[in-house]
Amino acid sequence: MTSITINGIQHELDVDPNMPLLWAVRDVLGLTGTKFGCGLAQCGACTVHMNGTPIRSCITPVAAVAGTEITTIEGASGEVVEAVQEAWSALDVPQCGYCQSGQVLAAAALLETTRRPSDSDIDAAMSGNLCRCATYHRIRAAIHDAADRLEA
Amino acid sequence: MLPKLAHTATAKLGGLAEPSRRGFLIGALAVGGGFAVGFRPGGISMANAQAAASGPFNAYLQIAPDNTITVLSAHFEMGQGSYHGIATLVIEELGASWDDVTVVGASGNTELYGNLAWGGVTQGTGGSTAMASSWERYRLAGAAARTMLISAAAEAWGVPADTIRAEASALSDDAGNRATFGEMAERAALQPIPSEPVLKAPGEWTEIGNTETRRYDRVGKANGTQDFTIDIQLPDMLYAVPVHPPKFGATVASFDPADALAVRDVVDVVETPLGLAVVAANTWAAMQGRNALSVTWDETAAEQRGSDEILEAYRTRADEAPMAMARNDGDVEAAFASADRIIEATYEFPYLAHAALEPMNAVVVRGDDGVIEVWGGHQIPDHYQMMAAETAGVTPDQVRMRVMKTGGSFGRRAVGDADVIVETVAIARALEWRAPVKMQWTREDDMRAGRYRPAYVHKLRAALDADGTVIGWDNHIVGQSILAGTPFSGFIQNGIDLSSVEGANTLPYEIPNLSVGLTTTEVNVPVLWWRAVGSTHTAFATEAFFDEVARATGKDPVQMRLDLLSADHPRHTAVLQAVADLAEQGGAMPDGRTRGVALHESFNSVVAQIAEVSVDGADVTVHKVWCAVDCGTAINPDTIKAQMEGSVGFGLGSILAEEITITAGVVDQGNYDTYRPLRIDAMPDVEVAIVPSDNPPTGVGEPAVPPIGPAVANAILSATGRPVRQLPLSKGLSV
Repeated sequence: MTSITINGIQHELDVDPNMPLLWAVRDVLGLTGTKFGCGLAQCGACTVHMNGTPIRSCITPVAAVAGTEITTIEGASGEVVEAVQEAWSALDVPQCGYCQSGQVLAAAALLETTRRPSDSDIDAAMSGNLCRCATYHRIRAAIHDAADRLEA
Repeated sequence: MLPKLAHTATAKLGGLAEPSRRGFLIGALAVGGGFAVGFRPGGISMANAQAAASGPFNAYLQIAPDNTITVLSAHFEMGQGSYHGIATLVIEELGASWDDVTVVGASGNTELYGNLAWGGVTQGTGGSTAMASSWERYRLAGAAARTMLISAAAEAWGVPADTIRAEASALSDDAGNRATFGEMAERAALQPIPSEPVLKAPGEWTEIGNTETRRYDRVGKANGTQDFTIDIQLPDMLYAVPVHPPKFGATVASFDPADALAVRDVVDVVETPLGLAVVAANTWAAMQGRNALSVTWDETAAEQRGSDEILEAYRTRADEAPMAMARNDGDVEAAFASADRIIEATYEFPYLAHAALEPMNAVVVRGDDGVIEVWGGHQIPDHYQMMAAETAGVTPDQVRMRVMKTGGSFGRRAVGDADVIVETVAIARALEWRAPVKMQWTREDDMRAGRYRPAYVHKLRAALDADGTVIGWDNHIVGQSILAGTPFSGFIQNGIDLSSVEGANTLPYEIPNLSVGLTTTEVNVPVLWWRAVGSTHTAFATEAFFDEVARATGKDPVQMRLDLLSADHPRHTAVLQAVADLAEQGGAMPDGRTRGVALHESFNSVVAQIAEVSVDGADVTVHKVWCAVDCGTAINPDTIKAQMEGSVGFGLGSILAEEITITAGVVDQGNYDTYRPLRIDAMPDVEVAIVPSDNPPTGVGEPAVPPIGPAVANAILSATGRPVRQLPLSKGLSV
């Protein structure tokens, strides 16, 4: 049994402790907002927060997150995430949408630490999150917009 | 995508490409207290069509008593915004409110959902045709429903129909009568069906062309609630991963499932038409089972060559005479014989992977009624239904296709052999239908399964007279046919697969002697349409070569294009002028930067782009891109802008660092660490101008991909004096 806390709820999981958090969250707990894109921490579609920090759930074994607070897109809340999602909506960022849970969580983590990020801060923080539709132009603008919303 | 299906379907039906009003016989039906508006196929009653097992929905829109308005989309959503665009057409004519509207993928009725840009012969999304196919069909459906709702209200309230308004999903008049569409739906279904619904005049539009509208589906895409195929969960569902051969054309010689079956939660190992599959209680267990499985492959028929050898053979072949001619104007040979000067260049293009973020997948279950349901990103659902039925050993009416929103496709989800569909159906059948099966390819499965944009070599020659005027142009294209060996191979005419030459054979410049030849190669690497198809390489070769000629003759690239565009290409001229003006407004170029231009028509839209670039040694930075587009009537201007921006990033990534290479038959790349699409740090600023047009809508999803490569190459040529003739740029700039 591995005990993990997802979105504030504790779960006892009877799975291979090496199972990546991604598959435990998706296949076992049925939380499908976190996406599978690469399995190799190359695309960021599986981004979740561990104690507020973005991690790639596709390479993180469930055993490694025992005793931490994991937040997935389903449980993400608070003024920063809300500002990001409002900006995403106002600027119509998503196209296919598949990578966007990861983009939103990565953007929120950036704004938690850097309230007024520059373009290069954004490029540095977000370059691990691939968007094959290349919505990057709007992601950049939406992060600035979210920063404005947080200041207002 | 699927351009040839379009051309040939049109040819086959004697030019039935333009949808006409007469082609729409609107039908209507009372459904559960609401009503549905669709198309009444000749000789088939709506009731019969409604009952077909393969067609869960047989309408374009349904209005429920609770005022929920469901739009049934003939075109699937892969990010390009087709659901939003089709909903816009319905809402405009119906007078509905966005808050009441949902869109679902439809299937199972070719008469209703066949792609009108392809002559209506099959349902499918591709070739950037979704809005062209939907333009009249969905507006007429909305107008018919509005007319019947108003007629119902007039009857109920005893007032003249022309005093009633349909707005915000409700009917009202100045006398104070009011009802929601849902409240009037049952009565509306009983009204006479208008034979020629009257469409709004363009001046009355409030939704079409509205720059403020945002996509109806944006919220679910940003909070994780939109479901994709990968997210489907069914009771007792089993999870499968594939085992594919390491080389194209290899087959299973033998396998021993024992070690795989010993892995915790692994349920079975089964054979499929594509190899094997490991089935387990969850995805991770299936992957672990696959790692443990031992398989011996028969490589007798496998492709053993590498991409270097393949391209080397193409280079040799490009110097020889083409196998077939796609265009031959004037006397090209005489032009070159009399030329004062000849300019020559050879361009090389690698294999490219679609690499959509959602790797290939499907879900299959057989219900208690015996009907087999197939969930997936069904880009060509009618064809997939046939393929699934054949694999299942049932008739097509026993297969229901569930069209899911998809995490990108770029053409990958429209494949002749229906790979992941037949694979998943085969697994479910091998398991004797005892459980729903979700097949999920990994990134490596997806990237190594072929279906690439083919590799090509283009040899271009220009003949100049003593004044530097281009009197001859010859383009020899060498590469694989996308259609050969597929169900669409009948569309190859006189040795020409148009998807190999499109864009090159339609060069818009007035050159009296012009030839385009094609040599189709035989290589056992599976290839497929890849966003913008032939134009992904023809636009680069022709537009980069054009600038080489301009430079050699000391001409301004924009002016030389304007001079050579013939009078029958007014859209090209207007778009080129628009992008030049846009860049001009951008002000003076910072020191150390250069600009390059490219112009290309694809999927009936014309796009021009100017890229501002700096080159530092081997490093190329694209700072800014101006983009102008003529795509006919702009239904959703913000979506069009988004597609232009995204296409610039998608196309730029493909020339900077994307490349599939093969060594001794084995694909070298497996994941995004080695196959490298654009990331945010390389994304330029993009500014878009939509050229106003009253014409029917044309393509948006693909046409902005082709110009970015040559625009950047032309800026590099301007900066360094060195042409870019080999892609991707990560191989290094040529000397």
